[in-house]
Amino acid sequence: MSSVRVLVGTKKGAFILTADGKRKHWDVSGPHFGGWEMYHLKGSPADPDRLYASQTSGWFGQLIQRSNDGGATWEPVNNKFVYDGIPGTHQWYDGTPHPWEFKRVWHLEPSLTDPDTVYAGVEDGALFRSTDGAQSWQELSGLRKHGTGPRWQPGAGGLCLHTILLDPANPSRIYIAISAAGAFRTDDGGETWKPINRGLHSQYIPDPNAEVGHCVHHIAMHPSRPQVLFMQKHWDVMRSDNGGDTWQEVSGNLPTDFGFAIDVHAHEPETLFVVPIKSDSEHYPIDGKLQVFRSRTGGNEWEPMTKGLPQQNCYVNVLRDAMSVDSLDDCGVYFGTTGGQVYCSADAGDSWDPIVRDLPAVLSVEVQTLR
Amino acid sequence: MTTQVRIELPAHLRTLAGVGREVSVEVEGTATLRSAIDALEARYPMLRGTIRDQVTQQRRPFLRFFACQEDLSHDSPDTPLPEAVVSGKEPLIVLGAIAGG
Repeated sequence: MSSVRVLVGTKKGAFILTADGKRKHWDVSGPHFGGWEMYHLKGSPADPDRLYASQTSGWFGQLIQRSNDGGATWEPVNNKFVYDGIPGTHQWYDGTPHPWEFKRVWHLEPSLTDPDTVYAGVEDGALFRSTDGAQSWQELSGLRKHGTGPRWQPGAGGLCLHTILLDPANPSRIYIAISAAGAFRTDDGGETWKPINRGLHSQYIPDPNAEVGHCVHHIAMHPSRPQVLFMQKHWDVMRSDNGGDTWQEVSGNLPTDFGFAIDVHAHEPETLFVVPIKSDSEHYPIDGKLQVFRSRTGGNEWEPMTKGLPQQNCYVNVLRDAMSVDSLDDCGVYFGTTGGQVYCSADAGDSWDPIVRDLPAVLSVEVQTLR
Repeated sequence: MTTQVRIELPAHLRTLAGVGREVSVEVEGTATLRSAIDALEARYPMLRGTIRDQVTQQRRPFLRFFACQEDLSHDSPDTPLPEAVVSGKEPLIVLGAIAGG
């Protein structure tokens, strides 16, 4: 029988939530790595028992943990991330040059085909790859060195590479996104990169249509249509039908198009989910009502999904990596909040139930569908 | 010449290394902050990067090195450790700052 495993990273440890395919009764395991910031955990599509986790701390720096048994046990693996060559500078918040410095791993993306290959998106903005199960890391420095790097500037959360999308139809194509540099694509396995930000419009930067400098919050893709991308930008929900070459706004009737999380239904490539957040100066839902908005038309037309979600006095945020979907027949949608709730919808957003209510602030949610 | 140096670790690093409050490591040559932490990392590789930055080898800002009621954090890493640490009478303490949320 099918089951699901939800990997939750929080400000004070990791939790693993498991249920059968009905997704009604949950077992909660954790905290794993209690007291540490767990930015992201993700399982290998090629071997679901192989998990990678980013464990970090303001005191003790970055660790990478690996599990070979679905999270029952873990072992620390290599945590040495060294920029290729002389790193040079990017821009600091005030526009002055600032040396590239490794701070932490925001996102780990295991290969679609090889459990020992995994990508790491790091702050300050760079992409690393391991091909030996995280025993060693090499920077794919063509990204940082393609030419616009010295103009990249951190977003409020740092110069973080937070999104890594591997194209299932073309192993040489990878999409990444950096706050606040924008989105980038390689078509040769990471050797060379180019910005893919045409059509993005950001009024908070000097040239609103600049080649780089856009605060992309997250990008999602349906595996059956990897050339179609959906983006939650700082403000604006965007769509590209040509692998990021051009973007169009699809915010439509959203009550606010600021937000962080975005994801796509597992079986309906035109069905999207976002969690609108009031503004970049407030970082909580409008009127204290937590609402997931769903579009069944690939954007523009959105409907609020509220059943089971708090509709008063709710002032949590949903961060960029804190939404995920399962691939059971009735697509499950999951998201975690900075208030420590993890919600599950077993009916593609129509209704929601909290799996847990009182975890530390949730940084990331990833779901594994186990068959 | 080798020296046994006692090192006291903060709680999270004890958990990570799977050890108690204090470990003892064998240091080759003159016992200094650098050689003691080198020996610690060689014995417990999972601690690499947690006390010193992997690239710069600088002490992490929220950690301090104490011994014999003295703060050694700003000493040169090649300064010999106090005699009481070398003799095993006192531990070298790796202390996490009381800070954060």
